[in-house]
Amino acid sequence: MSRKLLLEHINVPGINTLEVYRQKGGYRAVEKALKTLTPEEIVEEVKKSGLRGRGGAGFPTGMKWSFLAKPEGVARYLVCNADESEPGTFKDRYLMTYIPHALIEGMIVSSFALGAKVSYIYVRGEMMPQIRILEKAIAEAKAAGWLGKNILGTGYDLELYVQPGGGAYICGEETALLESLEGKRGNPRIKPPFPAIAGLYGCPTVVNNVESIAAVVPIINDGGDEYAKIGIGRSTGTKLISASGNLVKPGVYEIELGLPVEEFIYSDEYCGGIANGKRLKATVAGGSSVPVLPANLTLKLANGEPRLMSYESLSEGGFATGTMMGSGGFIAFDEDQCIVRNTWNFSRFYHHESCGQCSPCREGTGWMEKVLHKIEHGHGSMDDVDLLWDIQRKIEGNTICPLGDAAAWPVASAIRHFRDEFEWHIKEPVKSQSQNYGIANYATPIEKAPVTEEK
Amino acid sequence: MLKVEEQTPVQFSSELLAKFDDVKSRYPEGKEKSALLPLLHLVQAEYLWVSTPAMDKVAEYLNIQPIEVYEVATFYTMYFLKPQGKYALEVCRTGPCCLVGAEKILDHLEAKLGVKEGEVTADGLFSFRGVECLAACGFGPVLQISPEYTFYENLTTESVDQLIEDLKNK
Repeated sequence: MSRKLLLEHINVPGINTLEVYRQKGGYRAVEKALKTLTPEEIVEEVKKSGLRGRGGAGFPTGMKWSFLAKPEGVARYLVCNADESEPGTFKDRYLMTYIPHALIEGMIVSSFALGAKVSYIYVRGEMMPQIRILEKAIAEAKAAGWLGKNILGTGYDLELYVQPGGGAYICGEETALLESLEGKRGNPRIKPPFPAIAGLYGCPTVVNNVESIAAVVPIINDGGDEYAKIGIGRSTGTKLISASGNLVKPGVYEIELGLPVEEFIYSDEYCGGIANGKRLKATVAGGSSVPVLPANLTLKLANGEPRLMSYESLSEGGFATGTMMGSGGFIAFDEDQCIVRNTWNFSRFYHHESCGQCSPCREGTGWMEKVLHKIEHGHGSMDDVDLLWDIQRKIEGNTICPLGDAAAWPVASAIRHFRDEFEWHIKEPVKSQSQNYGIANYATPIEKAPVTEEK
Repeated sequence: MLKVEEQTPVQFSSELLAKFDDVKSRYPEGKEKSALLPLLHLVQAEYLWVSTPAMDKVAEYLNIQPIEVYEVATFYTMYFLKPQGKYALEVCRTGPCCLVGAEKILDHLEAKLGVKEGEVTADGLFSFRGVECLAACGFGPVLQISPEYTFYENLTTESVDQLIEDLKNK
């Protein structure tokens, strides 16, 4: 069994309450931080831990904290990004539902480290049940003196509020989130200035993902050095992986970074293999935005070595043969799934969610959706594949925020690895409506399988 | 689509205004516009949709221009700009849920309720629509029902039928 830092007590009845959470050692990190550490020492521990942002970008959290400007007499803010919307990712919902106090404890310690007196948890609006859970937990914590004025008699004051979003994927981008929190449309801001200099209300602000903030708790309890001992290389600690798609046991798993992908998919401790005895065709390893990989490249690197669940190993080989850790949204496709249909689905998602600010993204995502719809529904021509490639290239890198890249990568990778499936859809417009292409040669060492009849 | 005509004026209750005041107190002085999204949720929970007169009232309450409310209400997908069924069913239609049968659930709802996506049943009880990822991919297919946003996971056509019966008898 691997070590669990965040989900250790997930199955303890009543762990969502302050009482049980306390019995299991909860809020020790607040006591330790507020009574024995200075804010600078906390930042130092987080730096030592090597913790990298768990929302998707993987930027070192301690470094992000150290960039925070501290002008005299200006408020500073910590905003928790709980706008979890990346298709394939549902770990934050899970954490907030079952152990809300882990996030609140992390928020108190982190706010203290950053010198924030008011902090917000921006939760996507659809998660009203989680908002209610968090508000109840905050009220419990406040009644017990963990929030409010003069916490633990240390003179530190903190108010913590939950802010609902309105239903927009783009608000997971930190500057769009801040716009939304200011009561505006979620249009990302041009950087610089970065939020560390001018964020919420123009004040220095740190925006961190739910899981990153929750991870601060074990880092403070055990020390940054201890945390850094877990994992592999620059991928330290544990990571929550949201596993979905055609798996025997989809769900949220806490893994030690460095776990072989093959073990994660097939071992009974984790996903338990592909559902219904089918074979693995492809995976999206880090949420819908990251490149899709065929089974063979999922399990092994191009040089034949096992691929590991770590930031470095997942991205080994660049986009030619690798992918990204992203937010840890691991989606598995069995042999009966259609890559064209899924790529169309993802493109529709990005078209729907583009904020419309930058032309390449606003127009390009719509074009990609339309062209993919055409191919998927049997009206494609060979030129369309090249057209898709051309569009995605013109979006990538040409937008204010990474949504453009996120829309381009799934299309690019699908064509890169599954071009024959696109071409089959075009050459067989009738057959492709009632059959699927099957696993073909994506999953070496398995031999080329025939096109399967739909059941 | 915003339509100004044919919408009855609204008067917010004192209970609702008390909730408004509570939300507004969370932000620094001069930054009360931050309350806009939560306020629109409160309005929608009360009226099941957000009408133009209601948005105008919210603007008045926050001391901002009506356009500042309209541009927000039309940007975010959760705000209904026309009346919905008493139970607005929202089914996730994004990739991972489709791998495990979300499209079948949407087709089934259309057949079962006898209305197209976005329309309201004759008895006013139901409307449905497909929405993008609800962050519950491991438990798909999923749907949520506003205004409470109660959540239903691992849907089958049978469990959807049962859910609709339960709601009818509520």
